[in-house]
Amino acid sequence: MPREKIANQLELASRFDEVARAEREVIGALQAYAYGETDVFAIKLALEEALTNAIKHGNNLNPNKRVKLDYEVGPQAVTLKVCDEGQGFRPGDVPDCTADENIERPSGRGVMLMNAYMSEVQFNDKGNCVTMIRRRDN
Amino acid sequence: MPDAPSRLMIQKDVDVTIIEFIDRNILDEANIQQIGEEITKIIESAGLPKLVISFENVDHLSSAALGTLITINNEVRKKNGQLRLANINKQIFEVFTITKLDKLFQIDKTTADATKKLSS
Repeated sequence: MPREKIANQLELASRFDEVARAEREVIGALQAYAYGETDVFAIKLALEEALTNAIKHGNNLNPNKRVKLDYEVGPQAVTLKVCDEGQGFRPGDVPDCTADENIERPSGRGVMLMNAYMSEVQFNDKGNCVTMIRRRDN
Repeated sequence: MPDAPSRLMIQKDVDVTIIEFIDRNILDEANIQQIGEEITKIIESAGLPKLVISFENVDHLSSAALGTLITINNEVRKKNGQLRLANINKQIFEVFTITKLDKLFQIDKTTADATKKLSS
């Protein structure tokens, strides 16, 4: 197991194929600390949702805009920060996708899954950066 | 340009179409879009669509994949058809329960159970 935390900053183009590259690097760090299946599943899902939101809704797939991912993987916790160059949004404005009237809407579940799978999820005031922490489960 | 290779494995059991995914991860937006388009074609070409979607090979899925499943469900219902999901592992099933989509979809333990319920 590494002595120091594994940390890095990645700059991603606003393309979906960049998500897999970022995930591979973060999962590699999780494996170095022997994180279990439950943690890896949760972190991969939350990272996928945050990066996809940043690329699609934040940067509107604009090739001139970048997404920054800062990650820090330690023995007991993982911190992920995803920032885009978009206008930001208010997470409170996303309709409750579990309400009966919204259950058949095909979008709006990403932030909910991030909240469900991470120990802490915090957006900045502008709403273009999200910081997520997951404390080790197994 | 030639079509991209199919992301699905499709079987017929009399009037029931059983769909499995080739990918273990249903995360990537481009793949999800292709999966949606392929299944839409199946629904459009069926008189009364009866579909089973099996998650046998699936380890991960994202909210975009859930969105596509909801769209597929809406398309099936518009044609008075039926859709059942099957073979969902514990971790993926948790995603359905968190989003309460376990209430929207009809979910069976195995493909055989789902097929039996749809067979006329």
